[in-house]
This record gives sequence, C-alpha cells and structure tokens, in this order.
Amino acid sequence: MFVMMRYIAVLVLLGLMIGGATVAAGEAAPMAADPELEKKVNEIAAELRCLVCQNQTIADSHAELAIDLKNQVREMVRQGKTRDDVVDYMVQRYGDFVRYRPPVKPTTYLLWVGPFLLLAGGLIILTVNLRKRKDLVSESPLSEEEHKKLESILHSENKTSGIKAGEGN
Amino acid sequence: MVRYLAPLIIFIVLAFFLYVGLGLNPREVPSPFINKPAPDFQLQKLHSMNELFSNKDMLGKVWLLNVWASWCVACRQEHPVLVDMARRGEVPLYGLNYKDAPSNAKRWLNEHGDPYELSAVDYQGKVGIDYGVYGVPETFIIDKQGMIRHKVIGPISYQELNDCVMPVVNELNKREQIDPAALAVLSEVRKACSS
Repeated sequence: MFVMMRYIAVLVLLGLMIGGATVAAGEAAPMAADPELEKKVNEIAAELRCLVCQNQTIADSHAELAIDLKNQVREMVRQGKTRDDVVDYMVQRYGDFVRYRPPVKPTTYLLWVGPFLLLAGGLIILTVNLRKRKDLVSESPLSEEEHKKLESILHSENKTSGIKAGEGN
Repeated sequence: MVRYLAPLIIFIVLAFFLYVGLGLNPREVPSPFINKPAPDFQLQKLHSMNELFSNKDMLGKVWLLNVWASWCVACRQEHPVLVDMARRGEVPLYGLNYKDAPSNAKRWLNEHGDPYELSAVDYQGKVGIDYGVYGVPETFIIDKQGMIRHKVIGPISYQELNDCVMPVVNELNKREQIDPAALAVLSEVRKACSS
C-alpha cells in the first residue's frame, strides 16, 4: 500500500514537471509572428560567432551587438536572402572569425588536418609499441636441457625458506 | 635515456605553445577591411542635426574615424590621447558616435573635451555593423582614395599613437597613389602596431 502511494506520488511529480516544462517552453517561444522565419534566423545565427563574447554564437548571446546582428539576420532573411548570403555579409564585415565553421583554405589546412595527423601519430606509436612487446615474447619453446635446468631451480627454491622464496620474486 | 627525456620534451613543447598562446590577444581579430574601401555612410552631425556627414566628404584627405560612445568606459582611457592628437593638428579626427543618445554624447564631450572635427550620429549602430565594429573604441585610418589602411581595436595609447598611427598617417600623406610598393612599405610600418 505504502509502495503504491509512493509510486503515485512520483507519477504526479513527473506529470507536474512535464506540464511545467511545456508551460515554460510556451512562454519562451519567440514573439515573432512568423515561426518559420524565426527558425531560419536561429539556424543562421547559430553559425555566427558573437565577437563580444567570443565563445558564444549570436543565437546564444545576449550581448547588444549579438542582438543587433540577429536583427540584421532577421531583416536579411525577410528580404529573401539565403544562408550563404547572410554568412558572406558577416564575413565581409567581421572576417572568417565570425564563422563557427572555419572555411577550408591554405591558412586553415593545419586546423582541419591537424587532428587526423595527431591520430595517425598515435596509431604509429601504438603499432611500434605492440611490435616491440611481441618481440619480448620468445617464439621458440624451451629445449630439453633448459627444462631440466628450470626444474632443478624450482626444486631448490622449494627447499629454501618461504622468506627467501619471497625475496626471489 | 629517450624514455626519460620524452615527457620532458613534450612538456617543453606544450609549455611553448601555452606561452605563445597567452601572448596572443583574442580581441584582436584580423580585420577584413584593411586595404578595402571604407563603407559608405551618410549620417547626421552630432552638433548640427540637420546637416549630414558622409565619408565621401573626406576624399582627398588622410583622416581618422574614431568609433566612440558616452557609455564606453575604454573611450575615457583613450580620450586624453585623442585630445592631445587633435591639439597637434597633424591629422583630422572624425567621430562616429555609436549607439548613443545624442544628449549623452554632447554632455560627455562637454565634460571631457571634444577632439573631433565633428561626430556623426550612428544611433542604431547600422554603420557600426558596416564597419565591423565589435569593441568600442575602434579607430580607422582612411587614405586619400577612401581606402581603409589600418584599424586600431581598443583604446589608443600614446605608444600606439606614436609608433603606429602617426607613422601610417605620415606614410599615407606622402603619397598620392598607393601602389604595390607603397603597400609593402605600409605593411612594414604596421608591424610596429600590434602591441
């Protein structure tokens, strides 16, 4: 009975949380009349860096410049400009740095290829190390003579005291 | 031996990159405007609102366009340098009053002194966007043909003024035409700039 009540309580709480979340989302929705337009604006804004707070996109940032730039994007989209038009417009004014996805060109080759170079380097080091480890393991089994020698060593170890055997390790 | 040296070498390389990285200024984004025409604008003059000022009015002169605002704290730091520069009268200084209430802007100039020939009012910040402004104050050096030849981001110090701004201005004043040879000289002069 008690378990049942707890179960119901959890359900009610969950329901409240989900209900609350939808209410909050409803409040946070952009006030613009055209959600289609707003979606496109946000998509483009998410690709553009805010130059005031450099690790945010202008979609995330609340800096005044970011808001201005977002308005600019909205205006351009309303005029029927494409994503590329808007990005070009921003790059003309703020340089490649404004793009969150840097273009592939000679000055950015290292940026694009770098991670793969590092990965290749890591793989090379790994294979070299694995080879070395393989060499450490002897290929040929022990000969008859070596077996006898080993046997005698083991026997003599057994006869000595435990402490000594421990030291032998 | 190599086994023990390897971590040390890796550490030294990483430390070197860290050191170089710390020396870079993330605010200094390479401007796409250098050696490009200054974007056209036509704005009201702060002190006579029924007159317009355009960048085209300045063709034939080497001039500075300084982006400022009364709300901008770093502008206060830069201001005495600009006032001194204006007193020397070596290069005309024009202001772009960026996203500011004209009444506040005028009061600010009354308080701190007005080094500008005039200030243009960019109340909505549209011209600021055209000029790629992201950190007030910014200063553009524009040549006789209306091309931007240098941009200072952040407040100008006396050092920056003497080692960078004035040498670029003097170099531009010497020439009527900026040919490839002049561009090479200019980029050499600008090397003293990134401080």
